[in-house]
Amino acid sequence: MAASPPPSRPRIPGSGLAKGLAVTLRTMTKKSVTAQYPDAQPDLPPRTRGVIGLFEENCTVCMLCARECPDWCIYIDSHKETVPPAAPGGRERSRNVLDRFAIDFSLCMYCGICIEVCPFDALFWSPEFEYAETDIRDLTHERDKLREWMWTVPAPPALDPGAEEPKELGAARKAADKLAAQQAPPAAEPHADEQARAAEQPTRPQGDSKQQTDQPKPRQEGSE
Amino acid sequence: MNDVLDVALRLLVVFVVFLTFPLIVGQTEHKVMAHMQGRLGPMYAGGFHGWAQLIADGVKFAQKEDVVPAGADRRIFQLAPAVALLPYLLVLLAIPIGPGEGAVGQVIDAGVFFVLAVMGVGVLGSLMAGWASANKFSLLGGLRTAAQLLAYELPMLLTAASVAMAAGTVSLPGILDAFEWWWLPWQIVGAIVFFVAGLAELQRPPFDMPVADSEIIFGAYTEYTGLRFALFLLAEYAGIVVLCGLTTVLFLGGWHGPWGADGLGWVWTLLKTAVLAFLVIWLRVTYPRLREDQLQKLAWTLLVPLSLAQIALTGIVKVVIQ
Repeated sequence: MAASPPPSRPRIPGSGLAKGLAVTLRTMTKKSVTAQYPDAQPDLPPRTRGVIGLFEENCTVCMLCARECPDWCIYIDSHKETVPPAAPGGRERSRNVLDRFAIDFSLCMYCGICIEVCPFDALFWSPEFEYAETDIRDLTHERDKLREWMWTVPAPPALDPGAEEPKELGAARKAADKLAAQQAPPAAEPHADEQARAAEQPTRPQGDSKQQTDQPKPRQEGSE
Repeated sequence: MNDVLDVALRLLVVFVVFLTFPLIVGQTEHKVMAHMQGRLGPMYAGGFHGWAQLIADGVKFAQKEDVVPAGADRRIFQLAPAVALLPYLLVLLAIPIGPGEGAVGQVIDAGVFFVLAVMGVGVLGSLMAGWASANKFSLLGGLRTAAQLLAYELPMLLTAASVAMAAGTVSLPGILDAFEWWWLPWQIVGAIVFFVAGLAELQRPPFDMPVADSEIIFGAYTEYTGLRFALFLLAEYAGIVVLCGLTTVLFLGGWHGPWGADGLGWVWTLLKTAVLAFLVIWLRVTYPRLREDQLQKLAWTLLVPLSLAQIALTGIVKVVIQ
């Protein structure tokens, strides 16, 4: 029978009591696990859901995040601008310009769907969590505040050894090689070098390269 | 004039001990319990590892409103904390911590008698509180206290009687004067029974059925607030000091130690008392609360027979060595 106790030697009476005392005494001699939070900051993993940072140069105002948000706590305002044609005789292009991007963290439930759906990597998790306010209205973080959070986004954890190369890296290298092959014979055009450099940099920060642990600034430079 | 000064000094020392030692035990309990549970315990009050936590608690209690329920028996209700606390002060007066006249508050010839009788009075405070609160939880707690007192006073008295038989005196310093090291194995059963019964009388976990907070809120102390509540808590810790001191004196040889017999006897008493106090805390952290019927069963079917057996053993050995 499964329920019958395993055959064992007769137990000494009180051995259970002694075992209990031993457990508490052993725990007392060990280092306690308490985190002394306000005195010592917690060591949070890079993907901790603390606050959401906005890298607004990557935002195309596609509204996917605002539409997918279960709490509807993302507010986006934008307008269209027309960009004059790049080459004479070309067509005018229209472009979305972000006017307002705000997340109401009093409504946010930290599901992370907005970050998952963003096709352009404009939203990131940051482990910062100390943004309690005494007025609930102050929990609506506007774009400048969301930008501030962006600088606290840590690099993602390094890939496992022997893991497949991230697809972005391969694609960027291919594009760069193609550009280099095109532009090697003729004299270098003024913009080509810059474009190649931009293409080489993946939009997401990569953990395996110390140089890129900071935020993806290249696009920012490119836009200027 | 000199006598008056002497008495005043003794009373003052005992009073200071009475005020500080329970706090030290309480603070130790905070820290030891925390570390036994993998926590840190108080860390802020006083700056260094929360040493002033209990002082802060005291200040907090003093600030709170002293509420007496409308239906309560007002006078009894207000008197109960004093009845619970003062007996321990009186007992402390009679516990010798070193050899000679100078190391005891007051030498009492019938010391064991006095000490056990007065300690029993302390429990009356809980009974008064339970009855006078006009609260069903308080009443249940009071009744459980009464049942526990009845059950555990007997083995406590019997084992104390065993020591008195062994020494041939009921004076506490007299017992210690007669103490030999081999009393330790001789009276070990009595010592354990005395200590366990004392724990039960103090309503310390695992014998805290009368204040079982998950069942009857806080037993007899449910209706108490502010300073009176603090006095009940203080009584519990004063009780620990007294119980550990008594166990030390009766069973562990008090000021006798392997070395340092002259002049350092009081260190031994304090050391043994401290170790026992640690044991009290350790037991509290380790064991879950006994159910009411288990509590009674432990007293009547285990402790009372054991203490009777101890008395028989003491008598036999006493006759044989004479």
